[in-house]
Amino acid sequence: MSQFVRFTIDGTECMASRGQYLVDAARENGVFIPTLCNYPGVKPKGSCRICTVKVNGKLMTACTTPVAEGMNIENESADINELRKSIIELLFVEGNHFCPACEKSGNCELQALAYRFRMMVPRFPFQFPNRAVDASHPRIIKDHNRCILCKRCIRVITDESGRSIFAYRKRSASVEVVVDPKLGKQLTEDLAQKAMDVCPVGSILVKEKGFHVPIGERKYDKVPIGSDIENMQSTKI
Amino acid sequence: MKTGAQRILEKYGKDKTRLMDILIDVQNEFGFIPREITVQIADELGMSEVDVDQTISFYHFFSQKPTGKYHIYLNNSAVANMMGRNDVAAAFMKELGIKFGEVTPDGLVGLFETACIGMNDQEPAAIINNQIFTRLTPFRAKEIVRDIREGKSVNDMFVQDWGDGENRSDLIKSVVSNNIRKIGPVLERTFTAGQAIDKLIKMTPEQVIEEVKKSNMRGRGGAGFPTGLKWEFGRNAKGEKKYIFCNADEGEPGTFKDRVILTERPRLLFEGMVIAGYAIGATEGILYIRHEYKYLQAHLESILQMARDANYLGKNIQGKKGFNFDIRIQFGAGAYVCGEESALIESAEGKRGEPRDRPPFPVEKGYLDMPTVVNNVETLCAVVKVVLNGGEWYKSLGTTESTGTKLLSISGDCKFPGVYEVVWGFSINDILDMVGAHSEDVQAVQVGGPSGAIIGRNEFNRILGYEDLATGGSLIIISKHRDILNDIVLNFMDFFIDESCGSCSTCRITPTLLRNKLLKILNARGVKQDIEDIVEWGKILKASRCGLGQTAANPILSSLKNFRHLYEEKIQKNKEYDCGFDLSLAVKESCQVTGRVPNI
Amino acid sequence: MSKPIVATTSLAGCFGCHMSVLDIDEKILELIELVEFNKSPIDDIKKFTKKCDIGLIEGGCCNSENVHVLKEFREHCRILVAVGECAIMGGLPAMRNGIPIEECFNEAYLNGPTVVGNDAGIIPNDPELPMILDRVYPCHEIVKIDYFLPGCPPRADLIWEALVALVTGDEMKLPYEVVKFD
Repeated sequence: MSQFVRFTIDGTECMASRGQYLVDAARENGVFIPTLCNYPGVKPKGSCRICTVKVNGKLMTACTTPVAEGMNIENESADINELRKSIIELLFVEGNHFCPACEKSGNCELQALAYRFRMMVPRFPFQFPNRAVDASHPRIIKDHNRCILCKRCIRVITDESGRSIFAYRKRSASVEVVVDPKLGKQLTEDLAQKAMDVCPVGSILVKEKGFHVPIGERKYDKVPIGSDIENMQSTKI
Repeated sequence: MKTGAQRILEKYGKDKTRLMDILIDVQNEFGFIPREITVQIADELGMSEVDVDQTISFYHFFSQKPTGKYHIYLNNSAVANMMGRNDVAAAFMKELGIKFGEVTPDGLVGLFETACIGMNDQEPAAIINNQIFTRLTPFRAKEIVRDIREGKSVNDMFVQDWGDGENRSDLIKSVVSNNIRKIGPVLERTFTAGQAIDKLIKMTPEQVIEEVKKSNMRGRGGAGFPTGLKWEFGRNAKGEKKYIFCNADEGEPGTFKDRVILTERPRLLFEGMVIAGYAIGATEGILYIRHEYKYLQAHLESILQMARDANYLGKNIQGKKGFNFDIRIQFGAGAYVCGEESALIESAEGKRGEPRDRPPFPVEKGYLDMPTVVNNVETLCAVVKVVLNGGEWYKSLGTTESTGTKLLSISGDCKFPGVYEVVWGFSINDILDMVGAHSEDVQAVQVGGPSGAIIGRNEFNRILGYEDLATGGSLIIISKHRDILNDIVLNFMDFFIDESCGSCSTCRITPTLLRNKLLKILNARGVKQDIEDIVEWGKILKASRCGLGQTAANPILSSLKNFRHLYEEKIQKNKEYDCGFDLSLAVKESCQVTGRVPNI
Repeated sequence: MSKPIVATTSLAGCFGCHMSVLDIDEKILELIELVEFNKSPIDDIKKFTKKCDIGLIEGGCCNSENVHVLKEFREHCRILVAVGECAIMGGLPAMRNGIPIEECFNEAYLNGPTVVGNDAGIIPNDPELPMILDRVYPCHEIVKIDYFLPGCPPRADLIWEALVALVTGDEMKLPYEVVKFD
């Protein structure tokens, strides 16, 4: 069996290593598929659904689906873009996302996707849930208002024996990501910083940090998220 | 308390993957799962507290606060409401002086709501300390509260006679009725344990799979995947150990056929699991049962023991060298989504019942990452008959695409609710005749539960089967005097909202927004745009990971498709835009607090 | 041909969006050429004197007065534009959403760290005062809004681009850098 497979994205011929996830295979071909819950180096979870594409006509998440020979992938169609925009808007109305007051503004992936997809206002009514801010841990603040429940922190941040420091609690619309009362207190400076970096939004913050990059110089101030991938010289094999 | 928990932990070998069993035992012993025990479990299993907590807080029947010496879980499904559940609920609240979700100040009684408990043919029903109480009335509620105050045990509270069949047996002693109304080749009484195994051991696994393939049987859970093909994948999958799961989660509101099989034909079911194990080369079977059916545990365990004693389970079954297979029972703890096969596997591993991403499919990587075949209760019963009578025989029943028989759980507005085994090919009209419902009195039939479709009279000539109306087997009959949107659709939407695992953004958020749209329309504030929004927003759910999410808009979408007039007659004709804002409501709270008279 | 008429107001906002309107610098002279202002803090016209073409709304609705003004704008303006985060999603004032009103009042008038000299423990309740809403509402949850210009405040360029487009009927040009939520 060849190590490489051929497939198409929106009609364009692409090539990638067999078994790569679609998101990564697309990236190598200079195609950006938006993601939120996905994070390099950890097992994908397919929970935000932003990376949904049509594979041979069927809706699949690009972060969890391995690329296979002959796949026809629909990524930039009107339907798919509309779906993605809806999902971004869902996440905006689900929590309390006050961008002007958020330390992650300008570096936030949810906000950046909203910019990219030209969200001027969510089509859905704001839910204004009553959520708490947990500042009980010495190094970090967990602001539940901004959490999009992507599970990145849950999957990436563990202690040296592999125990979860962050975890889901409850289910359905009441789901929240909580910090272990004991392990949260033992969080090292490095791990606290890593947790903040892993969070795509401003839900995990290192205390006494923030706003240290001026407006205009932040990650998504000048160019849309994904531009780096799209401007990359495609590494076609 | 600590030693009690320690004993439970040791009973399950301090095995992390048995966390569900540990928690179920703790919940049963202490009436709730105290934080100190959560910490103890975490320490002993090498987990963090939040890791244990995420499993506890996922399941409806686990509680982190005391639930009372007596805990009453009253069903709030649509059919329960149709049968007078609200009066019973009011009676319980009045007699106990508490609301749902509360415990009496003396800690004696907790009152809780719960989704469909698989008793739709005998509603209103409740689970009190794991015992089922059916056909409740406000008067019965009063009696029960009186009995509780007198300190009676739940088993001494029954004024009804025990139910029919095995429900009367010493190991069940329940007032539940089987309500078997029509027996067919799968449910027939003549089956004796071991019949099929004797034949099985003379066949090769490949021959068994061949017979099942020949039968054209499709999975009875609702998705309809060809059983023989699934087994073939399972047989060919590579793994040092393989597992057979029987899915008895039966959470779809309106379905209760598995309850009846578990009560009356468990030998048939276990034999089906043995056959499946033999066919794919599995050595262990796990029967995953919803927590609501915990009252059947002793009965099922005793039958498993009998099978072991007769060497229908165990090592070298019936003298066949190397044919080893045993079955254990895994209970759930109240989560509809665990009916989805990969969520069920996660749950059996002691985790939150969150569906997995596919690929890989369970058949390649399932329980403990080993090849796992998950079959419905009814499927496994039917394969026994295929082994006994041959695939050709099975195929001769039913229609071309839908072979064999189907067990229907029929409830709602009809004279004879219960379980009916029919060959595929019946029309809805035939069924209405069969169950004692006059089709002119019937307004609608909910086919396949909330995730299915609600159909109107113009479709009653449709045929049950994969060619036309596919169903996992639940039919709810809705008479003319019911208010479909308020009584059925709203209830079903609330159900999906509560039962989402919360992992996919689409399924976690959208159903609430759709329910609010429906409420707006019911409150006479709707406009045409709201109907259009419902249709558009409903599409988002198609991007969810599992069947629950993908079908969570079905109550609204299918009622909108087939009963559009109900929506249209409620919307405002003279308005294009109405955001539903009501100033007098919006200022009410602040005026109350400041003691002002609203001036609008 | 008469000039298009523009009205503006600030509801539960901080006037930052109005400052951003002024922030179009020398283009303000062009703007005066282009449009006529009616009810607006910019020209201090307190009451609508005629039907307007465009209404710019800053701020969401936190009290009955805001609702009244917003509805008045909807009646008098052909096109309503929600300008800024507060108008679009309630903004900072909406951070009280989800907290019971009584708690908010107690914090603001009785127990808050900035409360001085309210020994009598009075929570203002004069009938003349606007009534506080149960939560802060985005404008489009009260009346129909036609366009939304995000930002806190929206960049001056965005306001300018939008106004010109609305007045001339040309398509709105929205370069990436001008649409921001902060």
